[in-house]
Amino acid sequence: MSEQTPLLEFRGINTHYGAVHILKDVNLAIYPGELVCLLGGNASGKSTTLKTLLGMVKPSSGEVVLDGEVVNEKPISYRVERGITMVPENRRLFKRLSVKENLELGAYLRTDRAKVAEDLERIYDMFPRVKERLSQRAGTLSGGEQQMVAMGRALMSSPRVLLMDEPSMGLAPALVETNFELIQQIHSEGVAIFMVEQNANMALSIADRGWVLQTGKVVLDDTADALLENPELRASYLGDAASH
Amino acid sequence: MSRSATDIDAKRSTYIGLIAGSTVVFMGLVGIGVGLNERMLIDPILSLGYLFVLTVPFVAGFVAANEVVLEGMEEPEKGSRDLLAGGIAGLAGGLVVGLFLVVLNRFDLSEWMPRWGDQLLDLFSFRQGVGLGIVISLVVGAVLGAFGGGIHVLKPEAKRLLTIVGVSVLTLAILEAVVDDFLGEIGLKSLARLLYASGGGLAFVPALIVVAIATALALGFKGKGTELKNQYDAMDEGEQKKYNTYMMFATIATAIILPIFLGKIVNELLANIGLFVLLALGLNIVVGRAGILDIGYVAFFAVGAYAMAVLTTPEAPWRLNDTFANTAFSWLPVLPWLVALPIVVVLTGFVGLLIGTPVIRMRGDYLAIVTLGFGEIIRLLFLSDWLSPTLGGSQGIRNIPGVDIGIAEVNGTDPRAVFWLVAVFVALAIYISHQLETSRIGRAWMAIREDEPVAEAMGINTVTTKLFAFVTGAVLASFSGAIFAAKVGSTFPNSFLLLVSIIILVVVIVGGMGNIPGVIVGAVVLIGILGGPKQPGLLAEFSEFKLLIYGALLVFMMLKRPEGLIPNAARTRELHLEEALQDAWLKGEKPGSDDDEAVATA
Repeated sequence: MSEQTPLLEFRGINTHYGAVHILKDVNLAIYPGELVCLLGGNASGKSTTLKTLLGMVKPSSGEVVLDGEVVNEKPISYRVERGITMVPENRRLFKRLSVKENLELGAYLRTDRAKVAEDLERIYDMFPRVKERLSQRAGTLSGGEQQMVAMGRALMSSPRVLLMDEPSMGLAPALVETNFELIQQIHSEGVAIFMVEQNANMALSIADRGWVLQTGKVVLDDTADALLENPELRASYLGDAASH
Repeated sequence: MSRSATDIDAKRSTYIGLIAGSTVVFMGLVGIGVGLNERMLIDPILSLGYLFVLTVPFVAGFVAANEVVLEGMEEPEKGSRDLLAGGIAGLAGGLVVGLFLVVLNRFDLSEWMPRWGDQLLDLFSFRQGVGLGIVISLVVGAVLGAFGGGIHVLKPEAKRLLTIVGVSVLTLAILEAVVDDFLGEIGLKSLARLLYASGGGLAFVPALIVVAIATALALGFKGKGTELKNQYDAMDEGEQKKYNTYMMFATIATAIILPIFLGKIVNELLANIGLFVLLALGLNIVVGRAGILDIGYVAFFAVGAYAMAVLTTPEAPWRLNDTFANTAFSWLPVLPWLVALPIVVVLTGFVGLLIGTPVIRMRGDYLAIVTLGFGEIIRLLFLSDWLSPTLGGSQGIRNIPGVDIGIAEVNGTDPRAVFWLVAVFVALAIYISHQLETSRIGRAWMAIREDEPVAEAMGINTVTTKLFAFVTGAVLASFSGAIFAAKVGSTFPNSFLLLVSIIILVVVIVGGMGNIPGVIVGAVVLIGILGGPKQPGLLAEFSEFKLLIYGALLVFMMLKRPEGLIPNAARTRELHLEEALQDAWLKGEKPGSDDDEAVATA
């Protein structure tokens, strides 16, 4: 995989919120069709990483590279048009709008109407339950249904890489597994996925590769299988009591 | 499951009654009772003052007897219990008023409260003195309270009948000026004399006739409304479109023809309403659609009016005084209104852009405060000594010519023509609003209003999108300002007080934010009945209490009906869908048949 050009790349990214130094010289690369995850504790800079990738936060130094092009100064819309989409933390649907309106807003920047209609049908096939609820307000859906709509909305932009911020947060335990199945399903259609996740075990079990952030620095960078075996990581993130 | 007639929450009823009684006393002390007593609604039995005062125990009775029915519980059967609950509330209210009568009689607080005095005593005691007055207020309170509670016992058909009859009589009484005017213009002055008493108000016998006619009509047309609606729903899209077009032409025809049969005063009122409809439609885009709480909206109205005045007035201060504007723009000829309009629109749009650019990045409360500041800054600039050689300071700009449309000049002396002019722009504003709402940018506004960061993550450029709403709002306000300048013939900084912004905001909120028909109805009802900041409405007696009523309405709407008087049809449909789903869920038919229904959403 690594012979290809990365789809999305961080080269020596530093991010500041005012005087606070969040990301410290971070290097990342996401290749087409990969499923990768970013692990780390609270305040380690995971969400900032996502926001910097999408362009909601501007790095103070370093380069964000999309398809070999430096996009530091490009707006969010430029990146969304070129295939980056985020599924925000806690899904964040437009609660008082209908499910249909939510999905349509996902395709806000697209002008190829025929293709958009096609994608809409594809999402209906993928989530038949969503189709039943089209005219209902998104805020009235159950947690699982909201997750489907959130993913559907993201897919409506016809992404090449999905940035997912804590996809299993706020979901009932029974739903977490279904949720990861959904993620795999989307991944199997060729969409690269970059996932920030607290649930490290579950995330690594489906991921190809992973990074571990600690106070803004990448401390581990390896294949998912190797990370699962890593004793340090097991002790700190995977809740392996035996190694204590 | 029958309950005894005394199975009520007497404590709650008493509490509500005490509040109601205090409200009545408050109304009396601020002068609503006595002040509005001069306006008769139904001669000689009901004046506007009494309507207000007597509504309170009635509403208290209704509220006291209202039992909250929780979802899935059996609705309690209605009966004498409701009458009793209402009666107790009314009695408690009457008691407060009775005690107040004693205090009013014994002490003299007129030094602190200008309304304290015999007139108030007469009002509350029905001119019967303190002793009998107390008895009367207890009896009237209890009876009205029981009536209010009794509303719950009535069958829906009876409620409907009562509402129709009550609304018809009141409407006819409130619209006295309009009806009188209309009948006079079509040569039926004698009918108007018959209908209304000489001192104002619907005469008693005609009022009874109106009741009879309304009853007959209500019974005759029972169910016809829903029938029509069902027919409309059953039509396919093409037919609905055709029907909508008919309705549109009918509305346009009414707007063209009706003013011909109305006199000066009513046309003046209609023109004023139109100016506020324009402003409300503009603010509706800013607040209702894009969710930008702008409370300095009057600034754009002012800029529109002043720009028009500067461009079209031969005697404008800047042309007469040796000012910078004079020397720099002396080549600018006096323009006719229609030629000046595009310049005014562009200029106001530019001011919108200028003010909007720093403001739009703020959120919530900060944004509201800053817009408020800018609204005042604009007015103070117009008032300032610095600009007074150009804009006339507190003297303003006078002798602004009307709108020359070739065949005639439209100005304030002919309110009918002004109304037609306003109507054209209202139609334009409705068209613009509607087109924008259904467009891509309309969807972006909705998304921003719901969740701005997520809208941004979808690739929506939130800054330019919001700025676009701000500028569109400014442009619609400039239409209104431009017509206002030509209509009134003068512009003063004092015409553009903060109050104007607030009243437009109340109109938008009461009508229903983001809902075009709602906002129009809101403007027509509020400005029509209560009047604008300086313009009288149909109930001119309200002028003193206008702000109190606007304020009370705002609080009530925010608490009880945040979606506005006329909620959006599509939203209502969705709400009903939710209800249907809930009902299904309660009956145990899970619509989605799945196992995560009970999962709490984050």
